[in-house]
Amino acid sequence: MSETAAPARGLPVVGRALLDGFVRRREASVLLVALGLMFYFRAASDVFLSRDNLVNIAQATAPTAIVAVGIVLLLVSGEIDLSVGIVAAFAPFLLHFAIDYYSVPVLPAFVLALALSAFIGLVNGFIVTQLRVPSFVVTLGTFFAVQGLLLMTSHAYPVPIPEPAKGRFQTWLGAGPWASITWAVLIVTVFHVILTRTRWGLHTISVGGNPVGATEAGIRASRIKIGNFMITSALGGLAGIMEAARINTIDPNIGGGTTLTFAAISAAVIGGTALAGGSGTIVGALLGALVLAELQNGFNLIGYSANTIFLILGLAILVSMIANQYLSRLRRAGRS
Amino acid sequence: MTAALEVRHVAKRFGALTALRDITLHVDPGEVLGLIGDNGAGKSTLIKILCGFHRPDEGQILVNGDEVTLRSVDHARSLGIDAVYQDLALVNELSVYHNMFLNRELVRWPLLNNRKMRRRAEEHLRDMGVDLPDVTVEVAKLSGGQRQAIAVARSVYSDARVLLLDEPLAAMGAKEGTMILDLIRDLKQRGEVSVIIIAHNYAQVLDVCDRVNLLQQGRITFDKKAADTSLEELTDLVVAEYRRRR
Repeated sequence: MSETAAPARGLPVVGRALLDGFVRRREASVLLVALGLMFYFRAASDVFLSRDNLVNIAQATAPTAIVAVGIVLLLVSGEIDLSVGIVAAFAPFLLHFAIDYYSVPVLPAFVLALALSAFIGLVNGFIVTQLRVPSFVVTLGTFFAVQGLLLMTSHAYPVPIPEPAKGRFQTWLGAGPWASITWAVLIVTVFHVILTRTRWGLHTISVGGNPVGATEAGIRASRIKIGNFMITSALGGLAGIMEAARINTIDPNIGGGTTLTFAAISAAVIGGTALAGGSGTIVGALLGALVLAELQNGFNLIGYSANTIFLILGLAILVSMIANQYLSRLRRAGRS
Repeated sequence: MTAALEVRHVAKRFGALTALRDITLHVDPGEVLGLIGDNGAGKSTLIKILCGFHRPDEGQILVNGDEVTLRSVDHARSLGIDAVYQDLALVNELSVYHNMFLNRELVRWPLLNNRKMRRRAEEHLRDMGVDLPDVTVEVAKLSGGQRQAIAVARSVYSDARVLLLDEPLAAMGAKEGTMILDLIRDLKQRGEVSVIIIAHNYAQVLDVCDRVNLLQQGRITFDKKAADTSLEELTDLVVAEYRRRR
């Protein structure tokens, strides 16, 4: 281990140990990618690191990161949720219905919208664990079902933010320049601790790593999975409401849907979470979301058209994934 | 004397497959019972019923003379029954000490008390004589024998009153196997724990067990004190059944 590194010339032992420790961290590779992109785009465009543009990047990172937190929990427990993006689109309408049609005060309406979002997660989790349908299929089904509900109830028309929700609520939730990223970092921190330092996290890893063994050890796998589905949907709902607050309108066609889902899954995977279950990192997912936001924003600044950006984004995801694979192989080799 | 664990006429079917027809056995406090039998005789199914993983279709289970319905693994554990499964039930992605405290984690709410778990795991493994430099490594990095030792240690140090060991020696080298057998002997000497052990090595069974039961085609067909039987008799019994079936 580190004894073999000691005789190496040039690098002092401490620096070497620090480097070792850094490379061994799962988030190391994606952090390098994020920093690399930052330098590249700063070199390519002067405004990349200006305050206004940093706000742009922060606001693009936040919703993806928040949803990715849930996706990581689900991937680690061996499941996936494709419906979370449409829940994000639906949640602000739930807020709007509660406030404007049923005169519910803003905060209870907000809680209600999140609770109903979590309920969709409960349905997902129930079908997956009790009726034993794979989560890919289940959440594909709920995706379309919720989309139907959304279009039926909203008649596919956008609505303004409800009057009582304007002002401080809207600013704090998403309209303020740093509001959404603050929430995102807070949520990432809390769930990072939950995944790495609590029983819930340990059991989430167990259920994804060895489903039979975890059950034999007495862990109630269904409860863990249903819980993680509910967390994911609730976070999806939160991200949707925050996006609505930011863009100052509740639109069934933006702020959610498949784009948000796919971005969140990409962020999780770029961040170093395995699709096979049993391992994952929430901090990595935040960095993954940052990488995606940087790519989109940076290429935009350089002047590529929106259409080209998709191609570049796709290639960039592939490249960063390949780099990630390579680095994690190095990491594994370094550890044993 | 009331048996620590008693099973009366337990049957278990999986669809058309009858795994257990009519099982009656008991283990006294402080006794080590060896359970032998062919592959597929139903030994593992029996263990999984006794630890609350499967529910029996018929029959009764008595713990210290009281009839119980084992609702779950947790429930069985709360009654002092703990098992080491054939598949070990270890999570590869977790560290040794997290595996040793899986679903029995020491918590300083709301966080895990990792330091305490690590220290206890080190103590337990050292007491057992398991040579493991670092309890923070992932279980995936360990050898088969080490993994098995950890699974056994987990149950032994769980304050269980009845220990069920499903082939605890299967993946072990001579040294590690002796270590586990010594551990079972220690437990026996202390006289607090009853053990049911499944094994294929009859010499080891006779060595460490007080009594031997033979499980054949879902029934207990043989029940003798280890002192009253011999390696030849056990081997003959199992082989005779095989001959008869041919």
